[in-house]
Amino acid sequence: MLMSYREALNQAMREEMRRDSRIFLIGEEVGYYQGAFKVSKGFVEEFGPQRVVDTPITEAGFTGLAIGAAMAGLHPIVELMTMNFGILALDQIVNNAAKIHYMSGGQLSVPLVIRGPGSAAHQLGAQHSQSLEAWFCHVPGLKVIAPATPHDAKGLLKSAIRDNNPVIFIEAQLLYGTKGDVGDGEYTIPLGVAEVKRAGRDATIVAYSKMLLLALEAADQLSREGIEVEVIDPRTLKPLDIPTIVASVKKTGRLVIVEEGWHFCGLGAQIAESIYAAAFDYLDAPIQRVTGEDVPMPYSRPLENAAIPDKARVIEAVKTLCGTQ
Amino acid sequence: MIMPSMDRVDLLFLYRQMLLIRRFEEKSAEMYALAKIAGFLHLYIGEEAIAVGAIAALRPDDYAISAYRDHGHCLARGSDPGQVMAELFGKATGLCQGKGGSMHLVDAPRRFMGGYAIVGGHIPLATGLAFATKYQTLDLVTVCFFGEGAIPSGQAHEALNLAALWKLPVIFVCENNRYGMGTPAERAIALYADVAGTARSYGIMAERVDGMDVLAVRDLMRKVVEQARGGKGPFFIEAMTYRFMGHSMSDPAHGHYRTKEEVEEHRKRDPLLLLKQTILSNNLGAEADFIQLELEVGEVVTAAVRFADESPFPPLSDLYDDVLAE
Repeated sequence: MLMSYREALNQAMREEMRRDSRIFLIGEEVGYYQGAFKVSKGFVEEFGPQRVVDTPITEAGFTGLAIGAAMAGLHPIVELMTMNFGILALDQIVNNAAKIHYMSGGQLSVPLVIRGPGSAAHQLGAQHSQSLEAWFCHVPGLKVIAPATPHDAKGLLKSAIRDNNPVIFIEAQLLYGTKGDVGDGEYTIPLGVAEVKRAGRDATIVAYSKMLLLALEAADQLSREGIEVEVIDPRTLKPLDIPTIVASVKKTGRLVIVEEGWHFCGLGAQIAESIYAAAFDYLDAPIQRVTGEDVPMPYSRPLENAAIPDKARVIEAVKTLCGTQ
Repeated sequence: MIMPSMDRVDLLFLYRQMLLIRRFEEKSAEMYALAKIAGFLHLYIGEEAIAVGAIAALRPDDYAISAYRDHGHCLARGSDPGQVMAELFGKATGLCQGKGGSMHLVDAPRRFMGGYAIVGGHIPLATGLAFATKYQTLDLVTVCFFGEGAIPSGQAHEALNLAALWKLPVIFVCENNRYGMGTPAERAIALYADVAGTARSYGIMAERVDGMDVLAVRDLMRKVVEQARGGKGPFFIEAMTYRFMGHSMSDPAHGHYRTKEEVEEHRKRDPLLLLKQTILSNNLGAEADFIQLELEVGEVVTAAVRFADESPFPPLSDLYDDVLAE
């Protein structure tokens, strides 16, 4: 069934909330406003304000509250209006959510989803355009998901809600309106499983979230030029499905990793390290990374465009690897 | 004066609880000197009346949560002293299998939801526990202990606002021991003379209590626990107390920031001494009772140390256990 990424998220939460009364949604403007990006449209009408909880602008406070509620047996979904605001809740996420199970010797658990849009949209400025997934991936005790398609978004969000750990679920503002086929009926997608989104033999591109769409466009164009690229979406960034990437690299011998986040200490550096360790002998050339530039996001359109990976840079990276440039 | 709430068994129980914490903490300091305990160790000596008085007013299924000076709350909640000491030793038999340590004691079956070591960071968790019990329509309350040093933190204010806004059944117990580490309240808190006023500014009912008087703490708690259980929302208690020891083991009993005379002055209002006087002057107990309690508690603490000492360290194969839940 064709639906938008936004509708897929809405369906996932709606189905899960109908199934399990322990699940509630909490965040800024999730109720009567219907969500800043309308992801929770119709929720307060269906589930009531007890389960669709509008909060004051206090990310540390309501994220901490949700963690406490999870410790007492509820399954909260925290909506961050944008992932940027998660910085205000980092103490709660890193020091409490991620550590409580371990510090307590397994006595307490924090079944919690923290979701919202990450990465740049159109000229939102430096404080609203960040890709912070590497920060979250760095912390033991967290799982991190960044789906690119409506089908994946729905299946992975349902799995995230059913998981007994804190899960950071990163959406993207520019993905909300994108459409795709979503499986009919009840389904979930397991965490930690990548998917080959396009098969190819000449090079592998790993890309997630919004960057997957870019990678697929680049692959289309390269195909017309005779270069067949395999495109892999890890979907879950932690735990990362290394074997699927390794299998592809063993076939193609070339790897490009595309991410929107900053270059230095970015997720791509970790993926590259994992692939060097597991498949060094299969690589015909050094791994290429296409990343965001190491600058606070500028507002001005041409500067912003220059700071974010685009199709031309992905194509150039593949051609460099294939020796056709 | 004999209050209706004064009963020999009750009072001797409260005394025993405070004595257990006192002797446990003294022994912990000894074990730290012997390097059996490492890292940070914050003793509760001088503040026992607050944990014991407050927790005496709770039901077993109510929640309690604390900051990093948490041994007293955990023991008052009824945790096994051997398991607590073993946790301080970092042993596999510790409450948290050696993964938590002094500042992160957790005893889930006793609804002791943990000690947390980022100042102010556990106060939102307490509102979450209370949110959950309200959501589940259970008549439970949550009590949250923290020092006055947490009061200026942003997380405390966010939590107070949410608790008041949503009328959550949470009782905030501010243990005002006058110093955040070495900084006196008057150099850290604008409303230092009325810390409870911070809570009132959010519309939360608040009261100050003598934190050296275990009966005063318990009686106030009994009242406010029933209010919270009955749906009247949060309450804030400012319990005036004093830390007889240093902030942690790296801080002498009195440092540059306070005088020996000041510490001695407060020691005259030792909570154990005050309760003992009350018991004796009301003929609810005799010296023999206290001697007996010393013997009993001494044995418990000795046994706790023996248990901790004889327990094995966790195997290295435990390292990655419980990073993630099943």
